[in-house]
Amino acid sequence: MKVTVRYFAALRDAAGTAREDVEGPFVTAADLWAWLGSRHVLGMASESLRVSVNAAYVPWTTALAAGDEVAFIPPVSGG
Amino acid sequence: MFLLQSEPLPAAGDLLPAGDHACGGVVVFEGRVRDHHEGRAVVALEYEAYEELARREGERIVAEARARFAPARVAAAHRHGRLELGEAAVVVVAASPHRHEAFAACRWVIDRIKDSLPVWKREHYADGTSAWVACGCHHEGDTR
Repeated sequence: MKVTVRYFAALRDAAGTAREDVEGPFVTAADLWAWLGSRHVLGMASESLRVSVNAAYVPWTTALAAGDEVAFIPPVSGG
Repeated sequence: MFLLQSEPLPAAGDLLPAGDHACGGVVVFEGRVRDHHEGRAVVALEYEAYEELARREGERIVAEARARFAPARVAAAHRHGRLELGEAAVVVVAASPHRHEAFAACRWVIDRIKDSLPVWKREHYADGTSAWVACGCHHEGDTR
């Protein structure tokens, strides 16, 4: 399916882009992360990240739908 | 209320409506740009935010604080973009009839903001370099 991936901060630096539209056989957010690892050297383990779908934090096991906006959230440093 | 903006933040007194004479205790936390971090001289910070998620998560944090620390009222604001030394990056204000809930709510909100708000800080150092803070990525030569 096709989804949009958004990258922020150190992940954006690693991916070389703030967003990309991708199409692949991934089903869950975890699948998408693994699939992206074959396209980019992202330099972070999923254990360090959170994932959001359509601007809401979700579990990694969340099933994606076509057109979803998925973001992988590196360790935050606000405040 | 939770605000996320690139403009300078409102004063704490403007974040919570004035005139609630039931609130005898008001606690304000302001996080300002500091001139050092882990032994390095910092000259400026840049904050990046995933705005849609940050607004949603900020509102969720404020709503949860109001439920946990009732009857305290809480508001918070976070800035993004480039900030100079001494500028406020985040403001949290809590008001309650008595001080206990106001202190507790204010502390809880800033702790939650630091844990979960999708905002990232890039430090600009005096030597001209810059780096994301606590980026969690693997750098060559990392010893931790």
